[in-house]
Amino acid sequence: MSDFPTNSAVDPCDAEGFPRSNAPLPDPAATREEMLKLYPPKTRKKREKQLLVNDPVTPPEIGANTRTVPGIISQRGCTYAGCRGVVIGPIHDILHITHGPVGCGYYSWLTRRNLGRPRDDQPVNYLQYCMSTDMMEEEIIFGGEKKLAAAIREAYRIFKPKAIAVYATCPVGLIGDDIHTVCRQAKEELGINVFGFSCEGYKGVSQSAGHHIANNGVFKHMVGLLDEPDPEPFRINVLGEYNIGGDAWEIDTLLKKCGIHVTATLSGDISYEQICKCHTSDLNVVMCHRSINYMAEMMEVKFGIPWIKVNFIGAEQSAKSLRKIAKYFGDQRLLDRVEEVIAQETSALRPVLEDVKSRCKGKTAAMFVGGSRAHHYQHLFKDIGMLTVAAGYEFAHRDDYEGRRVLPTIKVDADSRNIEELDVEADPTRFSPRKSPEQIAALAEGGFSFKDYEGMMTEMRKSTLVIDDISHHEIEKLIEIYKPDIIGSGIKDKFVIEKFGVPCKQLHSYDYGGPYAAFTGAANFYLEVDRMINTKVWKLVTPSWKKDPKLRENFGVGIDSAGNKAIRDTVAGMAKAWKPRKTGPTDAEG
Amino acid sequence: METTQPTPLCLVSPSTTPSGGDSGDAPSGSSNPCKLCTPLGACIAFKGVAGCVPLLHGSQGCSTYIRRYCISHYREPIDIASSNFSEDSAVFGGRRNLHLSIDNITRQYRPALVGIATTCLSETMGENVPMMLAEYRAEERSLPEEGEAPELVHVSTPSFKGTHVDGFHATVRSLVNTFAGKTEAHPAGVVAPVALFPGMVSPADLRHLRTVFGLWGVPVSILPDYSETLDGPSWADYERLPAGGTTLDEIRGMAWAPGAVEFGCVLAGESKTAGAILAERFAVRHHRLGLPIGLRETDRFFGVVEAISGREVPELFERERGRLVDSYVDGHKYLAGRRAVVYGESDLVAALAIFLAETGVTPVLCASGERNGRLEPAILAAAPELAGKIQVLEGSDFTDISEGIASLAPDLLIGSSKGHKLARELGIPLVRCGFPIHDRIGAQRIQHLCYAGSQQLYDRIANALLERKQDGSEVGYSYL
Repeated sequence: MSDFPTNSAVDPCDAEGFPRSNAPLPDPAATREEMLKLYPPKTRKKREKQLLVNDPVTPPEIGANTRTVPGIISQRGCTYAGCRGVVIGPIHDILHITHGPVGCGYYSWLTRRNLGRPRDDQPVNYLQYCMSTDMMEEEIIFGGEKKLAAAIREAYRIFKPKAIAVYATCPVGLIGDDIHTVCRQAKEELGINVFGFSCEGYKGVSQSAGHHIANNGVFKHMVGLLDEPDPEPFRINVLGEYNIGGDAWEIDTLLKKCGIHVTATLSGDISYEQICKCHTSDLNVVMCHRSINYMAEMMEVKFGIPWIKVNFIGAEQSAKSLRKIAKYFGDQRLLDRVEEVIAQETSALRPVLEDVKSRCKGKTAAMFVGGSRAHHYQHLFKDIGMLTVAAGYEFAHRDDYEGRRVLPTIKVDADSRNIEELDVEADPTRFSPRKSPEQIAALAEGGFSFKDYEGMMTEMRKSTLVIDDISHHEIEKLIEIYKPDIIGSGIKDKFVIEKFGVPCKQLHSYDYGGPYAAFTGAANFYLEVDRMINTKVWKLVTPSWKKDPKLRENFGVGIDSAGNKAIRDTVAGMAKAWKPRKTGPTDAEG
Repeated sequence: METTQPTPLCLVSPSTTPSGGDSGDAPSGSSNPCKLCTPLGACIAFKGVAGCVPLLHGSQGCSTYIRRYCISHYREPIDIASSNFSEDSAVFGGRRNLHLSIDNITRQYRPALVGIATTCLSETMGENVPMMLAEYRAEERSLPEEGEAPELVHVSTPSFKGTHVDGFHATVRSLVNTFAGKTEAHPAGVVAPVALFPGMVSPADLRHLRTVFGLWGVPVSILPDYSETLDGPSWADYERLPAGGTTLDEIRGMAWAPGAVEFGCVLAGESKTAGAILAERFAVRHHRLGLPIGLRETDRFFGVVEAISGREVPELFERERGRLVDSYVDGHKYLAGRRAVVYGESDLVAALAIFLAETGVTPVLCASGERNGRLEPAILAAAPELAGKIQVLEGSDFTDISEGIASLAPDLLIGSSKGHKLARELGIPLVRCGFPIHDRIGAQRIQHLCYAGSQQLYDRIANALLERKQDGSEVGYSYL
């Protein structure tokens, strides 16, 4: 039963439970054609596969994770951004050194809002620092290994960090600097953990390649270094949660209320130590499937920790995720406690939700973001009665769209082959399956499934548009034809969208707002969407004096017109009659 | 709160502290840099040309990062294309990618110009972009739509050489070098516009310069002019390429300018600038001035315009000037003897230092991420009274700036948003100027130039100090 039962008389839903839009929806196939027809044959052939009309029952195959055509403006980032910026950047007590010219380091300096706060026992926070080897021409020509080694030493001397991570940028790969050897030598010399990431920007299709490289590195160089389980019961890791705007803190608080302990959040406000011991946890729950499923898989093989997909974005989804975690542990007190918490949270949230829903229901949204957000945030919109009419990811793969069942059929192209697949085996001493085969069978019987990402398309309404790596041109067409009430996207297309008069919610950095996760975060989101959709500012774009022809009619056609001769004469007369109060000698004649 | 309390770590510069014996001689990098990469400057300059789409030749991350960064400052749509290198192109070259991307940009935007800047990837590979462009022009393009093919211009912007400021000036230079003079002679009897190269100033500054010349009645061509493209109004209809910018015809016609004015007293030390090219190739009289901030530098600028145009400074500006002097008097009590730390683009830093000196504030530390040895001489040449009172850092990062800063006892910081951490640690106000400003709204509307802009700046500085004094007052004065 839903925790937020809808009153079908007031909140009309269709047969599948999706909100109905106030206005009839345009023909998706015609819209698709309108978007495609500008492209030359080759580009069109490629875009056709990335631009689909949805069928949730049997999602059509999408051409995701393929290269963006040169010269088409895309919102995608690079491998370095995915590795240093997204996955590893949030570790707040290791030093991140970017090996390359100054730009890449600068651009990844506090630009993602992965918040962190030092704790009493871990007062160190390096998130505010941007360390770059600032390569100069000399190093490009003669090699930058010496400079990198010197930078690592100096950084160690000044900061004495527990670990140092080094990231390679484009030119580093070309000139052949062996960052891994430099790191290994530094590790021996300094006695701290030093490791490198070959995440040159040109590798891979998008930042997604960087996520994979980061997962590999974190798994190889950090996970499993500390065999000290936390004493608390019901230990889980939250994977693929980056604490943008404080989301991870909301999730953490909610879980704590239920008595569930988070060993580590990969990677949001996390310390080196937490990563090193996250293999001692008992369950991995995955938020962003795209960026971290590799880690979940590898930890299961090596340490026997199963993983499940959760989603703490949206009230209904948060409740569902809590129940799923409790069911996994199967402890009655935990199950009861979870129900209590859900009841408390929903009753606190309901007044906000109902209020916002009264103004937002029947409105439409579109989202083009991330590798999971375009899916997750549909639930928040659904909570307040809004229908998502089009959605797509920036850097996701087929499994994120169509569900993991298509994994065996995904073709590995040249770009993906470049990214190392780690050969992982069960740890000889530490592999310990958290559930016995019997327990797993019993859970399965009760409808519980592991590794269960069904993808975005299965949860989107039939005949909505699914657009991978959307271009500016396609966004323009979408706005023109669908006129969505709000679009969720990133800063790079935010102002394009708003110039069209459509509010744009940044779902990467939250417009410097948030958090939006869990029940408390959901309330924030509802209020923000309400504020953005119902703002009056768009009505002010055209001034009233341009809109109202009567203004001119009532007052003639300007002071020069014949009709206003009387006024002109009066003014001229007044001017003539006017005399300065004090007349000086020079203007005595007027 | 974004990220935490000030860290308990001491801030020591990797590049200036005595080495521990194991760190070698060369500086080993940058910690919290005070400069951005070269192609970023190129993109901003290209955005100031009418109908131009910037194209970065390299991997797509560069265009994404630079767009992201510029957009957070200007809060406008900024399209920057990329030739999207893959591992293959990194090995075999990016010729095909470059050609394809120009084709696709042409199809989508019908631009007047595609501005191609390189990245460290294509520069490290040694890509011969001019040759690739020549090949592109020579090939028959099969573009289905009508219309002229865009002009192409190339600028070399490896980020391992120079900073965003160098990328900016290199682009202006390349535009002038490519287009100036490629037109028929200017019709006799018509006054040709003055060529003005303002440097990396704000869109509001550019608009103000237009107003100044407009009210003066002196025609002007400003390059680049992103006053509309990077700070546009809300649109009733979407414009794929925002209106505004210097037209190519304007750049072509600069060859006949009655005079060229180039701002930047640090830039003035460079021989091959856009203005210098006009002087050399077309015998245009070239005037190198500092950014007109404060009385002295604006006086010089107005004097030059008067000389070029033969028209007297309109009284309106004299009154603006008078108001600025008047406010110096009003604010003297609050500003005199105060100590400021100024950092950022070297030409802006120099201009601010010269201006501050006039107001009674000592710019005790002037720092820039650029390194050319010209910052200190430039400041002292225009404001000799600062000799012996200031410390100038070049090639510096925020670690260098932080070092020993407490002993300088500064009262305020003036510079980009990146000084926020430092201002917070020192407990002093930060007056935001320069690039990037991403933690305040209105970066594109901050005015610095001429009497009116200096006035804005003066009021902001004085008020920042007043506000701090008032907020920190134990007795709660409301009348200071």
